[in-house]
Amino acid sequence: MTAESGPLFEARSVSRRFGAVAALDRIDLAVRPGERILLLGSNGAGKTTLLRVAATLLRPTAGSIAHFGAGTSEADRAAARGGIGYLGHGSLLYDDLTVAENLRFHAGLHGLSDRAARVERALDEVGLRDRADDPAGTLSRGLAQRLSAARAFLHRPRLMLLDEPFTGLDRPGVARLQAILRDRLGETGGCLLATHDVVSAWPLVGRVVVLAQGRIAADRATAGLDPAGVASLPGLAP
Amino acid sequence: MTSTVRAALLIAGRDLRGELRRPGASLSLVVFALLVVVVFHFAFDLTSAEFVALGPGVLWVAVLFTGVLALDRGFRVEREEGRIDGLLLAPMPRSALFFGKVLSTCAVMAAVEILLVPLAAILFNHPFGGWLPRLLPVLMLNTVGFAAVGCLFACITTQTRRGDLLLPILLFPASVPIALSAVRATGHILASRPLDRYAHWLALSAAYDLIFLAAAVLLFDHALDD
Repeated sequence: MTAESGPLFEARSVSRRFGAVAALDRIDLAVRPGERILLLGSNGAGKTTLLRVAATLLRPTAGSIAHFGAGTSEADRAAARGGIGYLGHGSLLYDDLTVAENLRFHAGLHGLSDRAARVERALDEVGLRDRADDPAGTLSRGLAQRLSAARAFLHRPRLMLLDEPFTGLDRPGVARLQAILRDRLGETGGCLLATHDVVSAWPLVGRVVVLAQGRIAADRATAGLDPAGVASLPGLAP
Repeated sequence: MTSTVRAALLIAGRDLRGELRRPGASLSLVVFALLVVVVFHFAFDLTSAEFVALGPGVLWVAVLFTGVLALDRGFRVEREEGRIDGLLLAPMPRSALFFGKVLSTCAVMAAVEILLVPLAAILFNHPFGGWLPRLLPVLMLNTVGFAAVGCLFACITTQTRRGDLLLPILLFPASVPIALSAVRATGHILASRPLDRYAHWLALSAAYDLIFLAAAVLLFDHALDD
């Protein structure tokens, strides 16, 4: 198996504890090229922890993770970050920088060479060109979420990790984010998307994984299932 | 190495741009430092001769307390809205974050020192002279040392719930060598004594800087782990 065809992300028996609480308990999960996984679970099920582990923001307490078919060393983790796009609970934006400056700063951290062109394109994609010179702190919640999405996609990541990406977005905003995700992920990009907004996520995903108390309670393809039907999956059923 | 330098400069540039765009917040640091010196001035009513003995302490109390405020502010910005995640997700050595923060903290402290030192000399009626340029290496070495150890601890405490309270508790004991060296060397310089009387204090500061900068490169990655 080559690095190109191998999993974009692989968790092998990953556990993560916070003191006495086991947020993740022996999780085995792989995201392969082209695979878009909807991560479901009640509050505290471990969705955010799994995404943060996958993003290399948290180390597993036990088990190992690997990205893009590479090894598990610290150098491999550092290199992998260039291929990961993360949209989490925080906006990650600097209020005192303008909208365009936030994107330029992010492009600089990623060492992108064609910064100006990418920033221009990203502003167009999320419909923020007319706000490019406004401080990010003046954006509404929904517009800030659009800018956060632009930041997460700017470096063209192969693996997208999305934690409640539709929060604060109106219907046009959701449609715009869905279109960007489809475009950016293409045929080979992978995605792990945690949300309670199943309807908005549904057109994007092909597999559903349900977490319950830090364990995988269900893992199946979306074929033959509809958004209303996920409520009956193990781990979500009352 | 190039990517570390580039990222560190980017992070420092962003911090300083933030300071300039929030002049009220930056001004509060300057006002605080000046207030410390003014309060000591009125409390002790020092003559120029007494300033040589007590002035170094007054100066460095103002500089170090201002440094703690600058450190807390610099890292609080990253804690809010999970911004530190954005930095940690960049494909750069994590030491770039440390060096970027050290650079911006040094710049803020230097800006305060540039105003503070002449003002203290004027207030305490101490004549300007050759001591001012000789004080520069003392200010530089000790500012870098304090910023280095401060950024290392601030990085740890910023991830805790009451990091703003924890930072000075950890930082002040660890910066005793810096405070001691800075005050002693400044005293010798204000008294117009020759370099060989205080060279060992400069050497202590330089060694402290090197140790903490090297330690931070080795430890910073672990300090950032949850």
